[in-house]
Amino acid sequence: MTVLSVSHLSKRYANYASSLERFAGWFGAPVKPTDEFWPVKDISFSLAAGEALGLIGQNGAGKSTLLKLITGTVRPTEGTAHVGGRISAILELGLGFNPEFTGRQNAYHAGGLMGLSQARLAELMPHIEDFAEIGEFFDQPVRTYSSGMQARLAFALATAERPEVLIVDEVLSVGDSYFQHKSFDRIRSFKAAGTSIILVTHSLGDVRSLCDRVILLDKGHVLKDGSPDEVVDYYNAMIATKENEKLKVEQRREKDGWAFTRSGTFQVKASTLELLDAESGEPVKVASIGQSLVLRLVAKAETDVSRLVLGFMLRDRTGHIVWGTNTWHTQQALQNVKAGEEIEFQLPFTCTLGQGSYSFSPSLASSDTHLEDNYEWQDNALVFDVINATQPFFIGTSALDARFVIRGVGA
Amino acid sequence: MFRSLWQYRHFIISSIRGELKGRFVRSRLGGLWFILHPLAQALIFSIVLSEVLKARLPDTDSPAAYPIYLLSGMAAWNLFSEILTRSMTVFIEQASVMKKIAFPRLCLPVIVGGTALINHLLLLVALFIIFIFLGHIPGRALILLPIGIVLIAAIGFGLGVILGVMNVFIRDIAQVMTIMLQLWYWLTPIVYPANVLPEKYSFVIGLNPVAPLVALYQDALLFNRWPNPESLVMPAVLGLLSVTFAMIFFRRASPELIDVL
Repeated sequence: MTVLSVSHLSKRYANYASSLERFAGWFGAPVKPTDEFWPVKDISFSLAAGEALGLIGQNGAGKSTLLKLITGTVRPTEGTAHVGGRISAILELGLGFNPEFTGRQNAYHAGGLMGLSQARLAELMPHIEDFAEIGEFFDQPVRTYSSGMQARLAFALATAERPEVLIVDEVLSVGDSYFQHKSFDRIRSFKAAGTSIILVTHSLGDVRSLCDRVILLDKGHVLKDGSPDEVVDYYNAMIATKENEKLKVEQRREKDGWAFTRSGTFQVKASTLELLDAESGEPVKVASIGQSLVLRLVAKAETDVSRLVLGFMLRDRTGHIVWGTNTWHTQQALQNVKAGEEIEFQLPFTCTLGQGSYSFSPSLASSDTHLEDNYEWQDNALVFDVINATQPFFIGTSALDARFVIRGVGA
Repeated sequence: MFRSLWQYRHFIISSIRGELKGRFVRSRLGGLWFILHPLAQALIFSIVLSEVLKARLPDTDSPAAYPIYLLSGMAAWNLFSEILTRSMTVFIEQASVMKKIAFPRLCLPVIVGGTALINHLLLLVALFIIFIFLGHIPGRALILLPIGIVLIAAIGFGLGVILGVMNVFIRDIAQVMTIMLQLWYWLTPIVYPANVLPEKYSFVIGLNPVAPLVALYQDALLFNRWPNPESLVMPAVLGLLSVTFAMIFFRRASPELIDVL
């Protein structure tokens, strides 16, 4: 069932020769703007009940304007955004609060601003108080609150009633991690109950963990619309492209479901990437817990580069980064690599991972970020599985060296 | 438009309460400032004008007449200028809320108008207390005061919303208007009686829609005179026109209002 349908949505910001011309235009005078700017241009998508969409893109890509168009504070120049039901947008926490009012009074006040009736708010009030967990402060003026407490109250109020569409714009970074978890849990439970969610965030980890689908916006257009791993990796590659016009990006989905993304100037390329058993030197597709492994990469320089840094990132199946570092941090960066030179990198390690599928993403760059000079970045270039053949069953991605100690401590 | 305002009535009422609260909270004398402000103002003007400049109101010999005249006119003017100036800037002040929460924007000037009206009623109560101390009790003409309140509020609200919308696009408007309001204040017989004006300038008063309303206040609160009904025609027509035009103008401007904030 479609809850939100956005079709050919566009917004134009126009400038006129004078404001008087603009005023005349409202009353039907045929005036032409002197210049115009389209922060959102011809965007169409629809969201089913219970679907969570992540919206990513650089500053100025049109994310906020799109959210405001859907929320209804900004009116579209062309196209429509149709919402089947109540929409709740958390674009900024604590908006509309009066610092002199108590938390409770503000819940009534700002709740009214959100369009909830006083009777409904009275019903919801115990839940709001309960969820905010700010204790006696609930009946103290909001000006005495810490910013975290204010965020708690604001989030509790904004999500007091389950909406059909919930829009969250980068507000969950506030508050302590306990409350962040709690907020995410609430968003997840809304989703499970059928709320469609649009999440804007720069935390790509949140996108991977919460969203079923991601839209990448660039200059007001939809650049990519697809599964989280695919779009997020594409976005990472794109950020590098912005820094260096010579970059190329290629992307494909492998048979095993992992999205492979490769980008860079290719001044230095990895010619070999393999995972080997440390003792036998044989390639490993399936590793077992406790096995000694070596990750081996051979890089070849096509041109002279002044500095070369190799980084590895290990991801689990959901895209969470399990581990990652590079030779910049380990102070092993190579200087003045000549064209034609081939370099072998070995990374011996013990497999202390939990059961599941993992991927290594290697990057060859000139410093610790791939934004400066990205020679070659490959997402999910090497995929392998870990099985648990030696240890009692456990869940998670880390094989902690942990054992129960049990004894009686009394009769 | 009006139905959505009704839906948001609780928000409007609680905003007004918040505005009033914000004005006096954490000041030691709290609500007492309602009396102290106008009293101090009247005292200063009375001393300067009636004692130093030896100004006297014609038709009356009572020494309290001038402060009462002054307080009545100022009360009327302050209602007008508060609604006008606050409506003029309210859209800019509340830009972030307007951009991020979907609610009827007309609430904002309504809150401004409502706050000013309640403030004004409290001020009138304060004035009564002052008048009683001065030994003056207003007569029957007082029952016409609500007409003055309604017309002043209508003109202030109408002009304020029109200028407020324009001010979003041309920010100089609020600046120019603060100067214009000063001039307007002195072109209205508030500090001086109307009949001290030279004959050749009296047409200015005739063109001033606020002047008859200020006169209505002075008549109702001091002279106990019925106002000249003809003098109220112009303010009534202007009030109706400005509110109507403000509503139309606001509707047309609404889609682009957010775009430039």
